[in-house]
Amino acid sequence: MKLHEYRSKQIFAKYGVPIPKGRVAATSIEAKQIAEELGGRVVIKSQVLVGGRGKAGGIRLAKNSQEAEDVAAQILAMEIKGLPVRKVLVDEAADIDNEIYLGITNDRSVHKPVMMASSEGGVDIEEVARKTPDKIIKVYIDPLLGLRDYQARDLATGIDLSRDFWRSFGQVAMGLWQAYQSNDATLAEINPLVITAQKNLLAVDGKMLIDDNALFRHPDLAEMRDLDVEAEAETEARKYGLSYIKLGGEIGCMVNGAGLAMATMDIIKLFGGEPANFLDIGGGAASDKVAAALRIILHDPSVKVILINIFGGITRCDEVAHGILSGLQEVKTNVPMVTRLVGTNATEGRQILADADMITAETLAEAAKKSIAAAKGG
Amino acid sequence: MSILINKNTRLLVQGITGNEGLFHTQQMVAYGTNVVAGVTPGKGGEWVLDGKIPVFDSVKIAVEARGANTSVIFVPARFAPDAIFEAADAGIELIVCITEGIPVQDMMCVCGYLDQKGVRLVGPNCPGLLTPGECKVGIIPGDISIPGNVGLVSRSGTLTYEVLYALKEVGIGASTCVGIGGDPINGTNFIDVLSMFEADPYTEKAVLIGEIGGTDEEKAAEYIADHLTKPVVAFIAGQTAPPGKRMGHAGAIVEAGSGQASDKIKALQSVGVRVATHPEEIPDLL
Repeated sequence: MKLHEYRSKQIFAKYGVPIPKGRVAATSIEAKQIAEELGGRVVIKSQVLVGGRGKAGGIRLAKNSQEAEDVAAQILAMEIKGLPVRKVLVDEAADIDNEIYLGITNDRSVHKPVMMASSEGGVDIEEVARKTPDKIIKVYIDPLLGLRDYQARDLATGIDLSRDFWRSFGQVAMGLWQAYQSNDATLAEINPLVITAQKNLLAVDGKMLIDDNALFRHPDLAEMRDLDVEAEAETEARKYGLSYIKLGGEIGCMVNGAGLAMATMDIIKLFGGEPANFLDIGGGAASDKVAAALRIILHDPSVKVILINIFGGITRCDEVAHGILSGLQEVKTNVPMVTRLVGTNATEGRQILADADMITAETLAEAAKKSIAAAKGG
Repeated sequence: MSILINKNTRLLVQGITGNEGLFHTQQMVAYGTNVVAGVTPGKGGEWVLDGKIPVFDSVKIAVEARGANTSVIFVPARFAPDAIFEAADAGIELIVCITEGIPVQDMMCVCGYLDQKGVRLVGPNCPGLLTPGECKVGIIPGDISIPGNVGLVSRSGTLTYEVLYALKEVGIGASTCVGIGGDPINGTNFIDVLSMFEADPYTEKAVLIGEIGGTDEEKAAEYIADHLTKPVVAFIAGQTAPPGKRMGHAGAIVEAGSGQASDKIKALQSVGVRVATHPEEIPDLL
């Protein structure tokens, strides 16, 4: 789950990372008031969960509170990459001497968090990582020991940071580590971490991703989920414990298991069709879950056929069959369905569906081909 | 005829009195697995499956009383890391964690600790292992595979069943099938299992089932080039997955610059691995 910039920075500040003075505003009047309180130049930043806000005109400077009101009004009326701007952050503008990158994430290959720093902070850090990877300095953190002071110094020397800043850089690095660890982040990033004209370090921008699996111990963070970034159907699916991603095609898919769901999408494409979605009903899917899945798939108007591919393991095919029938009672549809039930209680499942008007298939390839034919009206 | 589990496996089930734990204990026993004990803290002294399997309060007591050497974990995600630590500290040699949804930072701590102790973990978020005809640890349906000489290793659950079933349909059996799980941080990776297949005299060919996310398949390709004499066939799921979207598994996501199916397929093909275009093609390639 992604957190907004202002939330991320508030969390960083809790762990001793210096951030600019400022607050978030939902209206231009509020933005004006905040700018008045701050006095002087401010920066107005759209709070949307996409990259490239600056390039899209969603981050702008204002010389005074009147200008802040105008700029905020313009930004609040924007849509950036399809997302409405609902809030702006009004921050004191910093006098920037230099921009550093500092971030921490999980390195899956070594099973450890890795903290990375670069003297080339700013918007093009991904470019830096690709073209000059030696400019990114890394330290691997033992999760049982945490970040050690010497590791923060190694980063500071690695990016040729002047000795005057080692101490404050160490505090920022330690604060970022603590913010990452205490909140079950999978990414915590300050970009840029600026050196101001007054020779202070300041986290001007911040980004955090939180591990969805750990939200049970962070109910406060769970409430911060921004529903704008996911399709309505994805939110609805999550309520039922389903995993759904909308794609562009016309063959709706309902599958148990993520790997098999991906393989089903792939084989549709391989034989010349286009999957409408990824949908994993999970293991042991009870019939109400299956009914919800059916409803969500049928809600997509571009779906012309539904392919149901169930390999029973923990999931019992008869239970899925009951779910399909109860789902169909609720959502009346003429959309043709191709079902393939294999594994635990498949025979019972097929019997339950025998009276329903469905196309059946034995193999995955057959199911895919029949779905494609049905989508083309064959 | 196998790796990791066989008829000498003495299995302990952590979370044996829960719904899933009990159901799958039944299935494992029915398959012929030697389930020697269960653990549920607070339920020590009880028996399950009509008095056949004793329940203990701790793994330590269960190991002392029943000589368990392998553990399978069915406890909920928030308690699973503790269950893994407990098994490792009690001297269990192989821990198989079925549980889905364990926080990734917990798994980093678990893996760090287990590496120091030299204990093997398979999973989490995996279907477990199956040595057809001998032993089943986890939730892979027993009747979809027959004994044979093909070793399978997979990041996926039901997709693995699909492949086992397709092999059985044409009379091809498996030595051992290992589901390593779909999480970004897991105890056992492709290379670990491939090296065991290489050393196992009864495994003649290997099947690798990967998916988008991470670079484990690419690393496996390098390993295959340098260390494997046995032929390998692969399938990679998620060729049509859009970047930045998590495909169900916590580990299945194409991130900036890595994790794409096409890169994995290219890496595997470049070292002579035949990659199937869909799962049902695997038997032909073998």
